Amino acid sequence: MECMIAKPSKGSAGKTGLWRTFKPIYDENKCNNCLLCWLYCPENAIDVVDGKISIDYDYCKGCGVCAKICAKKAIEMVREEEL
Amino acid sequence: MVVVKIKDLPKEKFLLPGNTSCQGCPHALGLKSLGMALGDDVVLVVPAGCTTIIAGSKDKSSFKFPCLHVPFASAPAVATGLGSAFRRLGKRGIPVVWMGDGGSDIGFATLSGACVRKDDMIVIVSDNEAYMNTGIQTSGTTFWKAKTTTSPTGKREEKKDLALIMLMHKADYVATASVGYLQDFIGKLRKASEIDGFRFIHLHSPCPPGWGFDSSETVEMARLAVKCGAWILWEFDGKFKISSISKPYADKSKRTPLAEYLKKQRRFRHLSDEDIAEIERRIDEQWRVVLALEEVF
Repeated sequence: MECMIAKPSKGSAGKTGLWRTFKPIYDENKCNNCLLCWLYCPENAIDVVDGKISIDYDYCKGCGVCAKICAKKAIEMVREEEL
Repeated sequence: MVVVKIKDLPKEKFLLPGNTSCQGCPHALGLKSLGMALGDDVVLVVPAGCTTIIAGSKDKSSFKFPCLHVPFASAPAVATGLGSAFRRLGKRGIPVVWMGDGGSDIGFATLSGACVRKDDMIVIVSDNEAYMNTGIQTSGTTFWKAKTTTSPTGKREEKKDLALIMLMHKADYVATASVGYLQDFIGKLRKASEIDGFRFIHLHSPCPPGWGFDSSETVEMARLAVKCGAWILWEFDGKFKISSISKPYADKSKRTPLAEYLKKQRRFRHLSDEDIAEIERRIDEQWRVVLALEEVF
């Protein structure tokens, strides 16, 4: 029976970072720690580590919501192949 | 309502990254907020829809709370059973039905039954205004004139107002919310969790592939809907109140021009100026109803 119950796991669809066309690049110096990007990341791929944000690129799908919501323009979407 | 501050929100994740939701998915925003608001008190009941897929497959679940997948029309009935089982066994847990506008169209009979019996549950309808999971077919809540795969020239029928239907159904708590204002949604969920009986939240969820806009604009689109007055945030907890976010837009001169919201979406790109004027007239009518309800209800 136990084997039939799904358990909470990251990456239930695999490493979804591979879906990305644009990568969010975070500039710590522009950030005012409002945490709006953390709250509005649909993928839940942004963590708060010691009050600073950290993006989990293994799973970030590159939707760009974080860059749009940032009033300080501290996140920029850059095409993957340009990196 | 108590103001929800971002810094006070729990850091624990109840929707885990790497799930199958599309880029910029509004359901994912709603589900993560549900976890932030109610944590592991949630026992999720999900009829068929996008969320069935987001929940994961085989041995992997993308939720940290328990989730039951149930046949389409049955979700509120299953939650009724869960609620009474929890009570009799003395177990902690809030049955939360999470469905789309499809689930609430097809499962309206069980939704209505649970509401009439005032069964203990929170029902959230995450409304993306069409049946997205099966290929963007018209639903009861699809906007008038919106293009879908079953209304290729634009929907001919009027949209139904599900939240007002549930209000007139005498639910114990009814609110509208939006993925553009998650703190408001979290506040409403917490308030709903403190009230006994049948609680209903209608969550506005703009869908990037279904509506035809860029995945980065989900939150912006949800906020535009509120700012142009097309989606009105309100709540009923014994008294009907327009939420503070929507309050300024009762004054038509404060609203963002409707065309700004509509023209950003592929489903509305065919609209003429007359169509937009007609939609605006319908929105004004909706505001008259809501403002009148605030007076009398």
